[in-house]
Formats: sequence, structure tokens, C-alpha cells
Amino acid sequence: MAIGLHDSEFKNPVIRWVDQRLPVFTMMQKEYGTFPTPRNFNYFWNFGALAMVNLMIMIATGIFLSMHYTAHTSYAFDSVERIMRDVNFGWLIRYVHMNGASMFFIVVMIHIWRGLYYGSYKAPRELLWILGVIIYLLMMATAFMGYVLPWGQMSFWGATVITNLFSAIPLVGEHIVVWLWGGFSVDNPTLNRFFSLHYLLPFVIVGVVFLHVAALHITGSNNPLGIDPKGPQDTLPFHPYYTAKDSFGLVVYFIVFAFLVFFMPNYLGHADNYIPANPLVTPAHIVPEWYFLPFYAVLRAVPDKLGGVLLMFGAIAVLFILPWLDTSKVRSMRFRPLAKWFLILWGLNFFVLMWAGAMPAEGIYVTISRLATAYYFAYFLVILPVLGRLERPLKLPESIAMPVLRGGGPVLAGAAAKPMEKA
Amino acid sequence: MGDAVAPAGHGAGDHEAGGTRRDFLGLTTTAFAALGVGAVVWPFIHSMNPARDVLALASTEVDLSKIEVGQAVTVMWRGKPVFVRRRGAEEITAARATPLSELKDPAPDQGRVQRDEWLVVVGVCTHLGCVPLGQKPTDARGNFGGWFCPCHGSHYDTSGRIRLGPAPTNLAVPEYTFTSPTQIRIG
Repeated sequence: MAIGLHDSEFKNPVIRWVDQRLPVFTMMQKEYGTFPTPRNFNYFWNFGALAMVNLMIMIATGIFLSMHYTAHTSYAFDSVERIMRDVNFGWLIRYVHMNGASMFFIVVMIHIWRGLYYGSYKAPRELLWILGVIIYLLMMATAFMGYVLPWGQMSFWGATVITNLFSAIPLVGEHIVVWLWGGFSVDNPTLNRFFSLHYLLPFVIVGVVFLHVAALHITGSNNPLGIDPKGPQDTLPFHPYYTAKDSFGLVVYFIVFAFLVFFMPNYLGHADNYIPANPLVTPAHIVPEWYFLPFYAVLRAVPDKLGGVLLMFGAIAVLFILPWLDTSKVRSMRFRPLAKWFLILWGLNFFVLMWAGAMPAEGIYVTISRLATAYYFAYFLVILPVLGRLERPLKLPESIAMPVLRGGGPVLAGAAAKPMEKA
Repeated sequence: MGDAVAPAGHGAGDHEAGGTRRDFLGLTTTAFAALGVGAVVWPFIHSMNPARDVLALASTEVDLSKIEVGQAVTVMWRGKPVFVRRRGAEEITAARATPLSELKDPAPDQGRVQRDEWLVVVGVCTHLGCVPLGQKPTDARGNFGGWFCPCHGSHYDTSGRIRLGPAPTNLAVPEYTFTSPTQIRIG
């Protein structure tokens, strides 16, 4: 073996030649071929792969849309309508991109839920979790800017409301807003730079996703039991088991996606965005897209402008420190009988916040938003730290394979008789 | 159908001439996957083809009623100039009288017009793409009464054919139809 060449195991001469000089094939074989993956994954573990596929779809459709889109206030709206009417398959590419954004958030929210429920944010996966929160933030920035591009009424007024938030910052707030706008209101300079950044950020996301998967492959995946694999009896090679399972998951995902795109492409959107932007007419109810609603509710729950802004960003910031807030040694909620219900309540509360975000900011809706916001933060800042110490978790199983592979006898009876792993 | 394929034994070692059930499944899956990839890729590729509004602009209608004998107009068609000249009797005769052997790109005048009076040619020099002079009465028309390209000195005659100079072929005749005696649609 010549010095400097990778010792490739591949036989095919072309593949071998490439692999010796840049071991991409060896890497793919290691990371997606033989990678030891816990054998007890449930379907919640499909969502990372779905998110990656979704990202690729967004980039592909986005690139082709930008071949026909014009980022100028005088032409943007019409260029999107041209895509819908005149460009071959333009309607399809646009609807896939638009509903793909919603699908992306659905998939990522379920992916995050998995992390919360099974303790995937806990040691040694803290950095993996943090990288994920960074991806979530980048997604939100990308989606926000993307929604401005069609230059409809909601595009314009949503941009105005959200960019105006930064004026809450004391001293420099107004200057920051003018700087963001490139002018004295949301106008052409704003649209132009949003287009540029909207094209850029997805590739930044790709970079962070790479780090996210790399970090995952150092620690290995978590699993529904939350206990570490003890050896090869607890794992399966990623291919063919999880490539097959992911393929099935992809089919279900595409069915849902296709149903949205072909039967209800505008359901998740807002009709007002089919009205060209008018700086002189504010819509009666300015509502962001559904995936921002919970944070919008938090923002409006606080009577103080700066307070609302800080708390809204705080709702994401708290996720960054979650690995250190949760003091429990047990990862999976399956074995945390108390914490589990608090988390499930948190999940339902998230939907309450989402609903409240769509309501006008008055009367009972404000009260509900405040209660829901309080619980959102209380779960992370009070309940998890306290429960970690006070809760008595269920006994963890001995290993991943043990309850299943022990051979003979009903699983439940056998599991009860077996000495259990200490919590 | 069932007769054509020998029933495969379940499980162990099917090494028949036709291949195993697994091979069949693998082949059909691959075939469908290929179709699937094609179905996904095609809309993206086709979206880059001219859109409907571009195709709509692909035809230009020209009203001939105001053009007098000896007069010429220039219209835009697919982003290029098209010369529409109403030829007088002398111009037609001159074009018809030219022996084909004198032409670099031999073509009889009759084959280049639908109605003798009306010459419709793309006003782009076939040398390197300049717009030849000759539409205005004050323009130079070259030695043959047609058009003269100032860029490198190509001379075109009253049928738009190259007579002198570096251009290799005659001015192109686009596809056009007489929608009425006084109107043509180009493209």
C-alpha cells in the first residue's frame, strides 16, 4: 500500500481507485451500511431521515423556482403568478415548495418530540441536541424570509411586524431595524436581501445537518428504552434493516405530502397572501404561518414589547440548555411515570399555544396564552429540574435485546422474573 | 402467465434458468424506481423549457394593408428583427433573372416567397449576426438592391440572397402564413 493512499476494501477497480484517494465509499459503507443501530427503534426514529429528504426537496424546488422568480417589489407577485400559470409544471414546483415548508416543520417537530420523550438530549448527546436547535432556528429564519418573497399582503405585513420587533431593543433598536430594512420601511431593499439570504441559509442548514449527523455517529443513536446498547446483540446494521424501514416511512411521508400538494395546497396558507402587498392597507388579522403560531402566542402574551420579544426568543433559548435542566439519570419517559405526563401535557399545551397564536390578542385568548406560556417555561425551568431529583423511576430493563431475545415464554412474565438493571 | 414461469420452490436454493423470486422482485423494483426517478425529474427539466407566455409571444401578426409597393417594415419576432418588404415588379424580375450559378447559396426566388410581392426574411446577417441595412429608403442597399450589412460587407439581393461578402447563406425565411390577403402570422 503506497503511503498516503487509504486502504480500501472495495474490489471494483473504479470504485477502489476513487476510494483510495477519497474514501467516500468506505465512509458510506461505515456510516450508512454497517453502522450498528439499536434494534428496537420505533417509527419516531424515521423522522430524522424524513427531515433530510425534505431538505433536499426544498433545495431542488427552490432552485428551480428561483429560475423564474423576480425579487423586485414591482414584479415579485406577478412572477409567482407567472410560475403558477405559464411555467411548465410551475404550479407543481411552487406547491411542493410551499407545502414542503409545512411538511418540514411537521417532520422536525415530531423529530424534536422524539428527543424530548426519549431523553435524546441527555448526556452524551448534548451537542447533538444543540446542533439540532440551531437547525431549527435556521429553518425558522429561512421560512420567514421565504414567506416574504411572494410579496402578498401577509408577506409584507408579517415582515413589517417581525422586523419591527427589533425596535424593542433599547438604544440601538431603531437603528437595527433601519439597517435590517435597508430603508425606512419594508420595501425593495428588504425583499432583495431576504431573497439572497433565503437562498443562502438552506446551504448553511446542510452544513449544520452534516455536523448533526456526525455528532450522532460518535455517540450512536438513542433508542426507546433509553439504555445503551451492550454489544452486537443489541444492534442491527443500518443497511438493510433501517434503509428498508426508512423507505417504508418515506412512502407514508410522500402520501401525506402528496395529499397536501394535490388536494389541499392552500389549506395551510392564508388567503390574504393572494392579495398583492399594499403598504397602506393592513389586514384585519395578521397571522404568521402555522409553525410560528406558538411563538407568536408567547410574544403577545407579555404586555411589554421588549418583554414579549425576549420571552419569544427565550422559548427557543430554553431548548439550548435543556440537557442541563433535566437532572434525571433516566433517559426515556417510558420509565419516568410522573415526568411522562408532564411532558405529554407540555405537548398538548404546545397545540394550545398554536391555537391561541391564531386568535386575536384580546379577552380570554390573552389569558389562555399567558397560562400556556407559563406552563411552557415551567416544564423546562421548574418541573424537569425538580422531578429529576424527586421522581422514583421504573426499573430499567437489563439490556435492549434481553426482553425480546431471551427465548421461550411470554415476554411480560419473563421480564418480571428477570433481575433488572439498576436505574 | 403462470404457465410460463416454473413454480419456484419456497425458500431454499432456487437456481433455475429464469432466476429466483428475489431476482424478479429486485428487477421490477429497480424498473419502477427508474420510472419514479424519471417522473420526479421530468417536471424540473420541463420547467426550464419555454413557458406558456414565451410560447404565446412566439407568433407575431403583421398587418400588410398599410405597406406600399417598394416599402419595407421591420417587426420583432422571437426577439429578432424580421424584414417584410413589398416588392415592386423590377425587384421581382431582377430576383428571378439571376442565374443560380451566380449564387453562393443557390435558391430560386419562387421558393423563397409565397406571394411574389411579399418578401419575409429574418433580418439577421448569416455571417456574424448584425442587422443589415436596407429597410429605410435612405439606407445603403448594397450592389444588388436588397440589403447591405455594414459589419463585414455582405450584400443581399431583392430576394434576400447572399451575393457578395462573407455571409455563407441567404437571409433566413421564417415560417409564416397569410391569414388574410392583408395579414400574415409569422411563427
